[in-house]
Amino acid sequence: MNKKKLSHGSLNSSITSVLAALLCILIGLLVGFLVLLAINPAHAWNDGFVRIIKGGFHDAPYGVGKELANAAPLIMTGLSVAFAFKTGLFNIGAAGQYTLGAFGALYCAIMLKLPWFVCLLAATILGGIWGAIPGFFKAYFNINEVITSIMFNWIGLYLVNELIYQNGTGPMYDVRNTRTLNLSKDPALSKALIPDLGLNKLFQTNSTTIAIFLAAVVAILVWVVLNRTTFGYELKAVGLNKNAARYAGINEKKNIILSMAIAGALAGFGAGLYYLSNVSQWNPLNSTSLPTMGFNGISVALLASSNPIGTIFSALFISHISVGGSFLSTKYYPTEISDLISGIIIYLCAFSMLFRGKIHALLFKNADKTNVNAEPSPAEAKTTKKEGE
Amino acid sequence: MLLLIKYTLLYGIVLMMVALGGMFSEHSGIINIALEGIMVIGGVAGVLTLTMLPAGMPTYLVVLLSILAAALAGMVYSLLLAFASINLKADQTIGGTALNLLATAIAVVIAKYFSTSGSAKLNYSNKAFLFTVGGLEMSVFVPLGFVLLVISFILLYKTRFGLRLRACGEHPQAADSVGINVYKMRYAGVLLSGALGAVGGMAYIVPPVQTWNFEVGVAGAGFLALAVMIFGQWKPFHICGAAMFFAVFKSLANIADSTFLAQLHWSSNIYNMMPFVASMVILAFTSKNSMAPKAEGIPYDKGSR
Repeated sequence: MNKKKLSHGSLNSSITSVLAALLCILIGLLVGFLVLLAINPAHAWNDGFVRIIKGGFHDAPYGVGKELANAAPLIMTGLSVAFAFKTGLFNIGAAGQYTLGAFGALYCAIMLKLPWFVCLLAATILGGIWGAIPGFFKAYFNINEVITSIMFNWIGLYLVNELIYQNGTGPMYDVRNTRTLNLSKDPALSKALIPDLGLNKLFQTNSTTIAIFLAAVVAILVWVVLNRTTFGYELKAVGLNKNAARYAGINEKKNIILSMAIAGALAGFGAGLYYLSNVSQWNPLNSTSLPTMGFNGISVALLASSNPIGTIFSALFISHISVGGSFLSTKYYPTEISDLISGIIIYLCAFSMLFRGKIHALLFKNADKTNVNAEPSPAEAKTTKKEGE
Repeated sequence: MLLLIKYTLLYGIVLMMVALGGMFSEHSGIINIALEGIMVIGGVAGVLTLTMLPAGMPTYLVVLLSILAAALAGMVYSLLLAFASINLKADQTIGGTALNLLATAIAVVIAKYFSTSGSAKLNYSNKAFLFTVGGLEMSVFVPLGFVLLVISFILLYKTRFGLRLRACGEHPQAADSVGINVYKMRYAGVLLSGALGAVGGMAYIVPPVQTWNFEVGVAGAGFLALAVMIFGQWKPFHICGAAMFFAVFKSLANIADSTFLAQLHWSSNIYNMMPFVASMVILAFTSKNSMAPKAEGIPYDKGSR
């Protein structure tokens, strides 16, 4: 099969994926609007729906800056989940890896007073280690990575809280704010802040840094590794069929651990981007909920149908509506409406394969017919398999 | 010591009920990772019913109605999982995760709508659910839990329904070939888990406190129940034992300050971490001879061979 046909086929399937994602978003927004109508019909359009759609632009440029600051870590946790998906694993542990990454970044920043790129590296490494553990359990004990990741999410949360808090005496802990020390308040710590190159001035915020560009660069790197290198091919092969991969001479145990470690490293990097941009500080007293960034990463990855480049856009979208939600007037609506909308979108994404199959059949009926003897690309094979069921 | 027993029973019963729910679902072949979300939905429905019932109502009716409301809400919510994973053959783990995320959002939106303060906190009276036996304050969920445990055992092992349910989780094609409607049985499994999970969620929230902030959901209890279920090898009485084992650690976190354990100067974080670490160690040792239903997680397709 020649190269031209391959790109033609994968183009078709990415168009279908985008359309399916848009359909999920549309239905999610529609349901969100109905909820707004149900809660307070008089204000549903102007004070409710329009504000969510406008997102950060409701209060530009500040809101846009906030949106970008939140999108950067979201891209990374989304990439973390997407990368694991591509290698056949479900990384529900992004929240825990993110937690450990936050600790790594803050420890290097506050205790060791290191510059920001070293802190970022530490966050990446710690996140990677926390990701590798479920991989290890999967490879050697054959325990489903989902259950292990969930366990290690909580273990990580309690561990990090304990290390930072230490009964209120921890050196990283600021008793007055009940958070970790604010990096921008102390000149000795401020070299740990990611440079903003004037973005803060542009957006009139104090947390918009080059983090968003770093995240985008990593997303492109992940795409290159997955699609253009032997290493990425091996990882994907293990995900598609463990036994076949072993038969082809791939060390499948090593690759499972590596996949999870990389996924964890991506999530940890995201935590570094968030806390070193000083968007907010870690609260070690919160021991009942994991960082939402990790779970929103699942939404981002699903919406992007695990395409690394796609995660950039879906993270921007999720960040857009959640900032929009935060601008809702609490007099009329709870701000969690935006969480509700993204929850519905991800539920729809769970069976968006079905949408994708339908859209594909609708749009490319003829194209498929002419292509009937061609070898389908992996992405296409997936769709056709689902259609056949 | 009495306090330890009290907390262990209170928390253990919650884990047991939710894990029993997960067990029914998994025996029918559906991985129910949405237990956490179902607990939240059950909790919010139960608490709302509790606050809305008229003050003069007899106690037993208050308890009965609010528990029924919770169970019903949980069943309706679990229908979303059943529909996605049985009819649409979606990935069960992803669908479940989506429902977990959605549940907290729904609960907060509902709680904020009904609460007078505008926050996600709901106030209620839990007096109807508590009674005292020999100086020990207990909640009605403890006897209820043990009754449900016995019923679950009988239902799963001594009835035709249980046999059919387990067949659908082990080998749905074989079950289908003898005329069992696999889709229907799987719906039944998921609905049972919805009801049990939701009652468990209410049992988690109502007895210990009189006000609940729904922003925290149920703080991972649903996920812990999943571990309990695996640790209990998908068998009712094993699950009960596993749940109590986990609950001991959790209650140690609550009472450590007032006993000899205080001398260790361990913080509650360490005690909270323990059940998770323990379950990882145990999973590592027991995974080789796991009794998991063989067809769990695989959508049933009539045409596949």
